[in-house]
Amino acid sequence: MGIVEFARSPWGQDVPIHALWYLIYVSAAAGLIFLVVHAVWARYFAGADEFAPSAPVQASRLPERVKRHSFAARAFHWIMAASMFALLITAFLPKVGVKFDWVEYHWIAGIVLIASILFHIIHATFFMDFWAIWPDKQDIQDAGNRLKLFLGKSAPLPKRFAKYPLENKMYHMAIVVTGLSVAITGFFMMFRVQTPFFTRNPYMFGDMMTGLMYVVHGLAGIGLIALITIHVYFAVRPEKLDITKSMIFGTLSREQYLEHHDPERWVVAELGKAAQK
Amino acid sequence: MAIIRDIMPAFELFQPATTEDALGLLDRYGSKAWVMAGGLDSFDWLKDRVKRTEFVVDLSQVKELRGIKAMDGGIEIGALTTLTEVVRDPMVKEKFSLLSEGAELAASPQIRNQGTIGGNVSQDARCWYYRGGFKCYRAGGNTCYADTPTAINREHAIFGANRCVAVNPSDTAPALVALDAKMVIRGKNGERTVNAEDYFIGPAIDITRMTVLQPGELLTAIRIPSTWAGAHFYFEKIRDRPVWDFPLVNIASAQKLTGDKIDSIRIVMNGLAAHPWRLKDVETAVTGKSRNEETAEMAGQMAIQGAQPLRYNGYKIPLTRNLVKRAIRGVQEPTWVS
Repeated sequence: MGIVEFARSPWGQDVPIHALWYLIYVSAAAGLIFLVVHAVWARYFAGADEFAPSAPVQASRLPERVKRHSFAARAFHWIMAASMFALLITAFLPKVGVKFDWVEYHWIAGIVLIASILFHIIHATFFMDFWAIWPDKQDIQDAGNRLKLFLGKSAPLPKRFAKYPLENKMYHMAIVVTGLSVAITGFFMMFRVQTPFFTRNPYMFGDMMTGLMYVVHGLAGIGLIALITIHVYFAVRPEKLDITKSMIFGTLSREQYLEHHDPERWVVAELGKAAQK
Repeated sequence: MAIIRDIMPAFELFQPATTEDALGLLDRYGSKAWVMAGGLDSFDWLKDRVKRTEFVVDLSQVKELRGIKAMDGGIEIGALTTLTEVVRDPMVKEKFSLLSEGAELAASPQIRNQGTIGGNVSQDARCWYYRGGFKCYRAGGNTCYADTPTAINREHAIFGANRCVAVNPSDTAPALVALDAKMVIRGKNGERTVNAEDYFIGPAIDITRMTVLQPGELLTAIRIPSTWAGAHFYFEKIRDRPVWDFPLVNIASAQKLTGDKIDSIRIVMNGLAAHPWRLKDVETAVTGKSRNEETAEMAGQMAIQGAQPLRYNGYKIPLTRNLVKRAIRGVQEPTWVS
C-alpha cells in the first residue's frame, strides 16, 4: 500500500517518484467523512457556545458593522481560492480519468497562487496584525477548558474569541504548511516545463531531489482536497454564514462581534479610539 | 531496466473467436488485460519484462475483424487486416494509394505479413529510454531521460513535446489522418467512431498513452470515406536504412487540384511529435494557390515554424521543410535539396 511510489533510477537507486494516486480518494473521503461527522455532531450533540463574561463595552460606541477584513485581504482570499480550485481541478481530474491538456492551466494557476501568497506574506507582516491568526496562550487554555467541559469535567468557561477562533487559526496553519509546500515545490517544478518565465531546466535537481519534490507536491496537493472540502463546508454552515459574508463584504454585525468575540482580545478601531479618549 | 530473455513470461492466454467474446474478456479483466493483434509490439514488451501482464487477449482468431470491404464509396478495413493485405488490396490501391504506399513502407515483408493495421496505428512509442524500462514520464515517472543534455534523442520530437519527447512511429497513421479516416472503437458501452486525427493523443492529454483507446476498448475497424478517393497523393518515408526501419520522419499528403490550383489539401507528418502532426496552417496557406515552386517554398518554411529541436534532432527541421516542399510539388527528388 504505502503513500509513495518508488522507481529504480538509471543508476540503480530506488528513488521516490510521486505520491500514490489512490490517496486522492482517501483525501476526498476523509473530507466528506469529517463533514458528515461534524454535521451530525452539530445537529444532535453540540450545545450552545458558552463563554466567560467579557469586559463590558459600550455597545453604542461600536459601529453597526465592525470591520473585519480589508479589501486587500478579501481580494487575496478570493484570488487564492480561485487559483486553488483551478490547481486542484487541473491536477486531479486527469488523475481520475478526465483527460485534457492540463499542464499549462496548472502552472498559470500556480503562478497566481505564488504571487498571491507573496502578496499575503508582505501584507500580513507589515500591514496587518501579524499575530492575530496564530494561536496564543489563551487559545490553548480555552481549548483545554472546552474539552474538559465537553467531557463533563469542571473547568472555567472559555473566553470569547479574539479576531479568529482557534479552529480558524489551526486551519490557517494547515493551509500555510500545505500551501507553502505546493507553492515552493511547484515553483521548482515549473522549471521542468516550458513557460515564458524561465529557461527550461529539468536537470536542476537529481533524481532523488526531484522525486522528493514530486512527493511533497503530490501529498500536499492531496491533503488540500480534504482541507478545502472542510473549508467550503464551514463556509456554508448556517452559523458561520456571517463570517463567510464578512469575507465578501468585509464587515461583521455588531451583535455577532459582541456575541462571539472578546473586545479585549480583538480591539476594533472605534473602541480603541474611545478607550484613548 | 529491460531484461531481455528468449522465453515469454507466464500469462493466461485467451484466444476469443468473436469480437463479443473479446470485449467480454476485456470487460472482465479491465486494465489487467493486454490486447494483442499481430504481436509484434506486444512480444517485445513482454519478453523484455518491461511491461507485464497476467492476461493476454490474442485477437488473431477473430475473423470478423479481418478484411477490406467497400462502403459508401469508401472502404472499411478490419483492424486485424494485415499490412500486406492492405498493400495488395486493389480497392485500396485504386482509391487510396496513399495508404497502400504507407503500409508498404512499414517494416519488412515478414513483419507486414504478420502485423495488422490496427496494431500499426495503435503501437507504442519507440523511445529507447521508455522501451529500456526507465521509469520515465511515459512509464508513469517524473523524468524524460531522452531530454537531457547527454541523451540520445536523434529520433525524438521537434513539435508538440510536453515533458515526454517520444514520437509516434507509425507509417499508416499519417496516411489515415490525411485521408480523414474514422476509427471505429467498441467497448462494453457500445460503438463509437472518432476521426483518425483525434484517435492519436499527445503527452499533454495523456502522457502514458498514444491513443484514445481506454482499457476494455478495441479498435475494430478503420473507415475511409470517399472524400479523398483518387486524389493526388504523396507519401515519403525517410529512415536510416532502406528496409525494416521506423521512420525518422514521414509525410502523407492528399491534394485535390484543378489544373495547377490546389483546391484542398491535407498534409500529415509522423516522427515529429507524439501523434501524427497535421500541418493545418500550411494547408490553409496553400489552398487556392498554384502548385509551383513558390508555393512549395512558402509551405516548407511555414511547416517548420515553432519547431523546438533537442540536442541531436535538429536535422529534422530541414528534413521537414524539404519533405513538405516535395509533397506540395508532388514529386520525389532523388537528391537532397534544401
